[in-house]
Amino acid sequence: MVSPAVILLFLWMIVPLGMTLYFSFLRYNLLMPGMETWAGFDNYYYFVNQPAFWSALTNTLLLVGGVLCITTVGGIALALLLDQPFKGQGIVRVMVIAPFFVMPTVSALVWKNMFMNPVNGMFAHIAKALGMQPYDFLSQAPLASIILIVAWSWLPFATLILLTALQSLDREQMEAAEMDGASWFNRFIHLVLPHLTRSITVVILIQTIFLLSVFAEILVTTNGGPGTASTNLPFLVYAQSLLNYDVGGGSAGGIIAVILANIVAIFLMRMIGRNLES
Amino acid sequence: MGQITLSSVTKSFGEVNVIPPLDLDINDGEFVVFVGPSGCGKSTLLRLIAGLEDITSGQIRIDGTDATDTPPGKRGLAMVFQSYALYPHMTVRKNIAFPLKMAGMDKAQQDAKVENAARILNLTNYLDRRPGQLSGGQRQRVAIGRAIVREPAAFLFDEPLSNLDAALRVTMRQEISELHQTLKTTMIYVTHDQVEAMTMADKIVVLNAGRIEQVGSPLDLYRSPRNLFVAGFIGSPKMNFITGDQAARESCVTLGVRPEHLAVTTGGRWNGTIGLAEHLGSDTFLKVVTDEAGELTVRVSGEQNLHHGDRISLEPQADRLYRFNADGLAL
Ligand SMILES: Nc1ncnc2c1ncn2[C@@H]1O[C@H](COP(=O)(O)OP(=O)(O)OP(=O)(O)O)[C@@H](O)[C@H]1O
Ligand SMILES: [Mg+2]
Repeated sequence: MVSPAVILLFLWMIVPLGMTLYFSFLRYNLLMPGMETWAGFDNYYYFVNQPAFWSALTNTLLLVGGVLCITTVGGIALALLLDQPFKGQGIVRVMVIAPFFVMPTVSALVWKNMFMNPVNGMFAHIAKALGMQPYDFLSQAPLASIILIVAWSWLPFATLILLTALQSLDREQMEAAEMDGASWFNRFIHLVLPHLTRSITVVILIQTIFLLSVFAEILVTTNGGPGTASTNLPFLVYAQSLLNYDVGGGSAGGIIAVILANIVAIFLMRMIGRNLES
Repeated sequence: MGQITLSSVTKSFGEVNVIPPLDLDINDGEFVVFVGPSGCGKSTLLRLIAGLEDITSGQIRIDGTDATDTPPGKRGLAMVFQSYALYPHMTVRKNIAFPLKMAGMDKAQQDAKVENAARILNLTNYLDRRPGQLSGGQRQRVAIGRAIVREPAAFLFDEPLSNLDAALRVTMRQEISELHQTLKTTMIYVTHDQVEAMTMADKIVVLNAGRIEQVGSPLDLYRSPRNLFVAGFIGSPKMNFITGDQAARESCVTLGVRPEHLAVTTGGRWNGTIGLAEHLGSDTFLKVVTDEAGELTVRVSGEQNLHHGDRISLEPQADRLYRFNADGLAL
């Protein structure tokens, strides 16, 4: 017996997915509404065969991978720091969480205008104070800059999850290892990291879902450019359907993005999913 | 070697002084038991010796060398924790081999030592399991195995049996005693179970609020407790304390008499009614409300047929009376 909730959830998912799938097979241009005709796989063919597609695909993967690296490594480091007893612990913990509450558009604008701006940004001022040439982050290294911005807003999430995991590590185990002659580094490798694997897995899986669809940060900073240097799949879908008015092509891109997300998910579950079993 | 000397060691946590200046000598090969009520500082003292807590002042010497500032891993001591503190993601084999691996011993030698320890502790069939797949007693044995492979100067045990059921406790207690016979290594054992203390120790250290009340062999403490605290703490059931007239008659402030040194007779010194009779089979513990000396606990043979409400007369063994002065010190 399938409960009504399951039916509702299923409809919730299947209706938009079905409509996207349907549109992806139509020649559907917003400039000519009501003129839709069947297009077969044309939309897919043209979406995949535009030069921007492959760069968007690699950008998507680079963005996800880069942010994951920074947030897990940085998150572990920060969690280890915050786990130490020190004065003002409560305040510092709240401050560390703060970036998570800033909306993506706002944080990206703050980074763009107040930090990375080559004339007025803080980094430019610092560079000038040190007698160096200011660096135009968003046009010289657009993707790396976006990775930095996104990583900044996701770091608190990783830190928090890893910190709670660290706090559940049995003190006596650490002391036993200390008695056994393990150095701090050995205790980290042999005790702390194995204890953290499950949480690291959760961090990676959850972040991947959200990072595959990063959009706002790109829209307000580089607009996908210069060229397509910082265009990822979601941004390409947006450009296709709303800048080029090609809903059919955009829908085809959306379906491709869904397929990509599934491939990544399967890949991740194969690789690290077994960590979730106890 | 495993000779440990504490000289005027103190420990404070912030404002709270947990251990006032304390001196203690532990000889090589001795089985020393720390007993005392909960919160008296037994674990703290053990952790000070282990190096897991920094001492506030004083000195710890291990085998003659000052170890006060030596980190725990370098003191050559091994510790068995109450919670076992096994590494959950490692197999039993890896758990036991961990200290050897940390010491940089080569693999073949590690394996030999682990096999040897496993054989001593009957763990050979469990070497490839994880701690989560073992029973409490087996986990305890793994923890001991991890301690013995290092061949430490001394073993430190912090209430290692308190998580086990009564029957297993008795077996493990004997196993640890046998281990001590075989290895002849110094062992320091913390417990609040005085049966463990009495049966295992060469030397018992009775602690109260961080102070050492008395140090001595189990029978010393049983036969000649130095003060009221030790008298009441060692021995089960507890020693009866009588004050007032009856004590004054023996020219002391408190008169102590152990339950096993009271005989049920006719025309004895104290007469009363049995309030409660606990029949353990071999023994029966009677709580007797006496007319002269208040409530007394009496231990009689299980053969005797005594019940609630019976009127009896008690006579203490004259040479087994303990007399204490107003300060609680034995006379
Ligand atoms: N880290 C700490 N900070 C502050 N006080 C502490 C700390 N550790 C222990 N104490 C205090 O020191 C005293 C002795 O504690 P300890 O753990 O040594 O007792 P114990 O004799 O082992 O008791 P138990 O038999 O219950 O294990 C207690 O009053 C305890 O509250
Ligand atoms: Mg304790």
